[in-house]
Amino acid sequence: MSDPVAVNQVPMSQWPSDQKYVIPVAPGPDVATVTIDGKEVQVPRGELLIKVAQEHGTYIPRFCWHERMKPVGMCRMCLVEIEGMRGLQISCATPVTDGMVVSTQSPGVKAAQDGVLEFLLINHPLDCPVCDRGGECPLQDQTLAFGPGESRFVEEKRHFEKPIAISETVLLDRERCIQCGRCTRFAAEVAGDALISFGGRGSNTEVITAPDEPFSSYFAGNTVQICPVGALTASPYRFRARPWDLDSAETSCQQCAVGCRGALESTSNRLVRLLGVDLDPVNQGWLCDRGRYGYEWVHSESRVAGPLVKRGGVLADASWPQALDAAADALRNALDAGGPDAIGVIGGARGTNEDAYVWARFAKGVLATDNVDAQLGDGLPAEVVLGMRRAVIDDLDGAAAIVVIAPDLKDTLPVLYLRVRQAALDRGVPLVDIAPRDNGLTAAASVVVRHLPGEAGPAAAKVAAALAGRATQSPADALLAQVEGREGPVVVILGRPSVAEPVTGTVHAAAELAALASVRFLSALHRGNVHGALDLGLAPGFLPGRVTLEAGADHVVAHWGRVPASRGLDTGGILAAAAAGQIRTLVLLGADPLADFPDRPLAERALAAAEHVIVVGAFVADAGEQATVVLPVTVWGEQEGTGTNLEGRVQRLARKVTPGGTTMESWRVAGELALRFGADFDLELVAEVQDEIARVAPAFAGVDAALVRRARDGVVLPLVDHGHEIVWGPAPLGAGVSWEPIPSGTDAEPLPVDADDAPAEAADADADADADATEGEDTAAAAAVPGPPAPPVTLHEWAGSADRAPVVPVDSYALRLVAARTLYGTDRAVLESPSLAQLAPLDAVLLVNRIDRDRIGVADGDRVRVTSAKGSTEVAVHADAATPQGTAFLAANRRGPGVGDLVDPAEPVTDLRVETLR
Amino acid sequence: MAVETPMVTKFLRERPDDSWQYETARAYNNAYTRIEKAFAMGSEAIVQEVQKSGLRGKGGAGFGAGQKWSFLPKDVFPRYLCVNGDEGEPATFKDHMIVERDPHQLVEGVIITAFAIQANHAFIYLRGEFGLGAERLQAAIDDAYAHGFLGTNIGGSGFDLELILHRGAGCYIAGDETGLLSSLEGERAMPRIKPPFPAAQGLYAAPTVVNNVETISTIPHIIQHGGEWYAAMGVNKSTGTRVFSVSGHVERPGNYEVELGITFRDLIEGLAGGVRGGKEMKFFIPGGASSPWLLPEHLDSPLDMDYAGAELRTMLGSGAITVFDETTDPLLVSWRLAKFYAHESCGKCTPCREGSSWIEKVLYRMLNGQGRPEDLDLLLSFGNNIVPGLNAPFAQTTICALGPSVMSHVVSLDRWFRDEIVERLERDAARRTSLQIVSVS
Repeated sequence: MSDPVAVNQVPMSQWPSDQKYVIPVAPGPDVATVTIDGKEVQVPRGELLIKVAQEHGTYIPRFCWHERMKPVGMCRMCLVEIEGMRGLQISCATPVTDGMVVSTQSPGVKAAQDGVLEFLLINHPLDCPVCDRGGECPLQDQTLAFGPGESRFVEEKRHFEKPIAISETVLLDRERCIQCGRCTRFAAEVAGDALISFGGRGSNTEVITAPDEPFSSYFAGNTVQICPVGALTASPYRFRARPWDLDSAETSCQQCAVGCRGALESTSNRLVRLLGVDLDPVNQGWLCDRGRYGYEWVHSESRVAGPLVKRGGVLADASWPQALDAAADALRNALDAGGPDAIGVIGGARGTNEDAYVWARFAKGVLATDNVDAQLGDGLPAEVVLGMRRAVIDDLDGAAAIVVIAPDLKDTLPVLYLRVRQAALDRGVPLVDIAPRDNGLTAAASVVVRHLPGEAGPAAAKVAAALAGRATQSPADALLAQVEGREGPVVVILGRPSVAEPVTGTVHAAAELAALASVRFLSALHRGNVHGALDLGLAPGFLPGRVTLEAGADHVVAHWGRVPASRGLDTGGILAAAAAGQIRTLVLLGADPLADFPDRPLAERALAAAEHVIVVGAFVADAGEQATVVLPVTVWGEQEGTGTNLEGRVQRLARKVTPGGTTMESWRVAGELALRFGADFDLELVAEVQDEIARVAPAFAGVDAALVRRARDGVVLPLVDHGHEIVWGPAPLGAGVSWEPIPSGTDAEPLPVDADDAPAEAADADADADADATEGEDTAAAAAVPGPPAPPVTLHEWAGSADRAPVVPVDSYALRLVAARTLYGTDRAVLESPSLAQLAPLDAVLLVNRIDRDRIGVADGDRVRVTSAKGSTEVAVHADAATPQGTAFLAANRRGPGVGDLVDPAEPVTDLRVETLR
Repeated sequence: MAVETPMVTKFLRERPDDSWQYETARAYNNAYTRIEKAFAMGSEAIVQEVQKSGLRGKGGAGFGAGQKWSFLPKDVFPRYLCVNGDEGEPATFKDHMIVERDPHQLVEGVIITAFAIQANHAFIYLRGEFGLGAERLQAAIDDAYAHGFLGTNIGGSGFDLELILHRGAGCYIAGDETGLLSSLEGERAMPRIKPPFPAAQGLYAAPTVVNNVETISTIPHIIQHGGEWYAAMGVNKSTGTRVFSVSGHVERPGNYEVELGITFRDLIEGLAGGVRGGKEMKFFIPGGASSPWLLPEHLDSPLDMDYAGAELRTMLGSGAITVFDETTDPLLVSWRLAKFYAHESCGKCTPCREGSSWIEKVLYRMLNGQGRPEDLDLLLSFGNNIVPGLNAPFAQTTICALGPSVMSHVVSLDRWFRDEIVERLERDAARRTSLQIVSVS
C-alpha cells in the first residue's frame, strides 16, 4: 500500500491527560520510518506505537489501552522490544520516531506477555461458562493467543461480594475485574463524569463509587462495552443471550439526531443489545445510555399490532383495506370541507428518510397541503436549519473556536457533547458557552457568556465581535487572545435553548454569528431523523431536497404533478388551527404532541377539536383518546432505509427483527393512501424510493440506492461538497480481533460486483484487504467514481437576517424561565423502555438558585404556586447551583402541569411569580 | 575505629531539647544565614556549586542533585520544587528525625534550592504519620514567613517563595517521585509513565524538581562551605556524608551520619555496637527493604553507592541498614517484607499488583509447612516476569521501582539461603506426605 501518511492529525501521544501532560516526542521528520517485526512502514511521527502497529497489521495485545482514550500504561500487556532501549517498553505509551526498530515477537516479549496473562489470571475467576463476556472476552481471546496454557497459582483467589450495582443499569463483579482502568478513565476523561475510581491497593484494588453516589452517568453503558472482561455488565443485557447466539447488523441509533453508529444485535427475533461502532466522523465508538438501551421500546407491549378504526366511539380492529379506506375518507372529508388547508400533518422525525419522502409526496404532491411539519414547536425555523452554512462534526476538532447556543447538549445530543468536550479539552479548541444557565459543557468551556433568558442575541453579538477581533468589554473578550492565530472554521452549534421564549432570540443570535464568513453551523435539533424529515420536505414552505416551495416548484411538479399553492403552517399553527376548527383532519406521523409539544393544553384542545385524527405510528396513545384511525407502522430495527443526522449525513438503517402483528412501513402506508386518491407512486422497494429521492430532491442529487449501500460511513449532503469524503464499502474485520473496536461495517453486506453498479477496484480492494485490515479508504476506488452530480435546483440558503427579540425589563420579584428537555423524561421511547423508564424523573421540579429559594422561603422539595402571564400551576422547587439568580429552570418533558401551563408562545419571555403554599 | 561526621544531624544532637525552635536555630546554627550568600551567588552559580559537590539524592536512587536541577527546560515557568518527606521505606527513619529536630535547616535548604531552580512555589510532602514532625515543620515555616524568609521579596532580593506543607495519607508509593506528584495533585498516589520526567512535566505538568529531605537539608552546608569542601568528603562518586538508620539486632540502633566510604563493619560493629547479646550475624539489609540482602562476609565493603550496585548487586537505597542475628528465620523476614509490598503495591501495574500478593501467599505457605520443594523456583520464575533478569541493576516490567523491590528479598533468599530453604521445603513435603495431607491451599 502506498497511501499517503496522514500527518495533520494530532497524534495520541500529544493528547494532554487530566493535568495536561503530553508524552514527549523526539524531533525528526514528520513521517517516520519504523520497522515492526522486520516490516518497514511509514507512519506519522509521534503516533503511538501500538496504534501504528495495528494499522499496519501487527496486533499488539492490550487491556488498558483503548484507541479512543489516553494511554495509562497499567496492564503491561503491550510490552515490546525496541532496539537501543533498555528493557521492554510499553507500546501504548511509546511514540514512534524515525528509525525505530521494534520486535513484538521476541522471546523476551513473549515471556512478558505470558507473565502478564498469568498474573492477570491468578485472581480472575474462571467462571467463563456463566459469564456474559464468555465468547467475546478479550481476556479469554488474548489468553488463548498469547498466554500460558495453565496456571501455577494454587492459592485461594481474591474474593468480593458479586456483583454489586454501581448504577441503575451497571453491575460490577470485582472478582472478575483486572484493574485496567478503562471504565474509570472513560468516566473521567471521555464522559467528564468522574463518578467511579479505584479504591484499595495491591490485589485488593477495586473500582468504587463514592458512598451514596451511584455511577449515574448518561454514558455509563460504554464502560460495559469497553470492559475487557465480564466485570461490568449491563442489567438490560445481563444473562439475555450468549454472544455466539447473537445476530448483528450495523445501523444508526435514532434516539437523537447524532445518529451514532451501532451494531444492533438480536436473538430469537428480539433485539437484545446495541453496541457502539467506531465511526470515526461521528460517534467514535461511544453511545449514550438512552441510545444503548433505547431499543427496548421496539418490543413494548403497548404497541399496536394491527390497524384500528373508531366505530361508535370505540377503536376496533380493522383490516388494512378498511383502515386505509377510513383514513382516506377522513382526508377526503377534510378536503371537501376546507380544501388542502383543512389537513395538517405533524411528525415524521422518527421515521426513515424514505418514510419522510413518500409522506411529503403524498401530503404535498397529492393532498396539496403545506400544513406539514416534522418539528413540534421546540426547534428552529426550517428556513434557518435548511439554509445555514453547515459544518460536520469532525470540523470541531480543527475549529478556530466552537460556539454553543443550544439546550444542554449533554441532555439532548449526548454524544455530540462528548465530541465537543474532546475538541475543547484534548485539542485545545476555544469553547464558548452562550447560555442562560450552566450546562454539561460549562466545565469545558474557555469562555462562558451568561445572559438572561431571551437575550441570546446581544450575547452572541459580543462573541461575534470578539471573533472578528473587536473588544466589547464583556466576558467574550477572553476569546480575542484564544482565537488569535487559530485557523479553521468557527463552528456554531445552534439549537433551541429554551421553549419558554419564542425562537426569535435564538435566530437573532445565529444571524449575528452568521455574518462572520468563517462561521459554519451544526444543527442541534434533537429528534432522531428530524434532519432527514426536514430535508425531504416535511416542513412548511419546503419541498424535498432543501428547496423552497417557490424555488423548487417547477422541478418537483415535473415529478409529482403538483405542489401546494402556498406556504402552510408549522406545528404550532396546525394545532391552533385544529383547535379553532379550521383543520379537520390531523395526521400524526409517529408524533406524540401531548408529550412532545411544549404547549400541552393546546395539543389537547387540537386533538379534541379535530374531526379525525389519523395515527400513523406505533402507539395509540400518541393521540390520547382522540385517534379515529390507527395505522400501525414498523419502527427502527424492523425496517431498512436511511436516516440523516444533524450533519446531513445519510446513513443506512438496518432491519434486524421481523415485526409482529400486521404493521407496515410508514412510506407504504403513504403510497397506499395515495392510490386511494388516484395517484400511483409505483414504489415497491426501499431502493426505488431512494433512487426517486436522488432524482427529485435536489440536495440528494447522486445519493441513490447504490451509493447509500456502498458508502461505509454514510454520505454528507450535498454530494457536490462532500463526495470526496466517502469511504467505500464495509470494512473487513480487523486482524482476527472482533471485540474492539468494532469496525464499521459489521453487517458485511458484500460489495456489489457488477461493473456498472460499482467500481471494480472496490471489489478488488475487499479481496486483498486482509493484508491491510483496518485501512478503510481505498483511494483508487474513490477516484474511479465519476464526479458527483450537482443539484438540479439551487439549494435554499439562509441569509442570516433576523428580527431582534425585544428586551424585556427585569422584574426583580420574578424569575425568568428557561424550559428545555432532559435526556430522560416522558418521551415515549423512554417510558416504553423499562431500563430507561426507571431513570426518568416524571414530575416537573422548578430549579432555582439557592438564594432565590431561600428568598422564597421554602425548602427543597416544597411545592410552590407558580404564576406566569399565561397561567398558574403548582410544582415542587429545588435549589440548583447551575441556575443563576433571577432565572428558573423547568424540564419540558415531564408529565402533569408544567411548561405548557406557563409558557405563552406569543410572549417574548416567561416571567414567573413564585408563591409559597400555606 | 569509625567516627561519625555529623553535618545535617550536627545541630539536632547539640541541642536535643530545643533544636527545632527558631530562636535556637538562629542563635546556634546559622539558620537562614546561608540565604544571603546564595542569593548573592545567583541561581546558576548555585547549581554549579551543587554539581561540583557531587551531591547525590539521599532518598534512594542516588541521582545527582545538581544534574537533576540542570535538566529543567530553559525558560519554562512556573517551576515547582517538591521535597519528598514521605519516608516510607521500612526501617528508614532519618528524615523523620531531621524534620522533627531540625526543620529550619530543611526550610533554609528549600529556599536556596527554590531560588536556584527559579521556582516560586515549593511543597514539602510529609509522611502522614509524622505528627510531631508536621507540627514542628509547620511552626518552622510559619516562623520563616514571620521573619521574611518566605513570602514575597525575600530579604529584599525580589525573590518570592510560597512553601506549602502537605501531609500524606499513609501510602508507601507516594514516596515515588511521580506517585508523590499524583498525590499532591489530589489523585491516588499512582506513579506515572515516564517520560515525561518530572523535570520536564512534573507537578501540574510544569517543570519540577523532587528531592529528598536529607538532600535538601544538605544544601545550606554546601552553600556555606562550598562544593569542593563537600566533594572532599566521601569516596569516589559517593561524596559527602549520609545518615544511616541502623536497626535490627544491634546493640545501639539509631541514626548515624557518616562520611561515605567507611565500611559496613565500621558502621554496624563500630558505631552501632555490633550484634546484640554477643550473637553472630546471619545477614543484613544494606539499603532499606527494597535492597537485596548481604552476608557478614560483605561487612568490609565500603559504603559506596556505585560499588554496592556493581559489585554487591544491591544498593545503599534509603540508607536503612537492618541487621539480623543467627536466630533469624530468613523466610519469616522475607514473608514479612512480601506482606508489606503486597499491601503497598498501588495496584497500577499488573505484574506488581498481582505478583506481590502471589509472592506473599507462596511465602506464607512455605513458612507454615505447606511449601513444596519447587516453590522457591516458582517464585523466581514468575518473579522474573516482574524483574527480568532478577538482578541489580534492576530491569522491570512495571512503571516504578516498587516492582523490582517485591523480588529483592526473594532473590536474596535464593542467593544466600537456597540450600537451607529447599531442604526445609523437602522436609515439609515429606512430613505432609507421611501425614497424608494433600491439599496445599
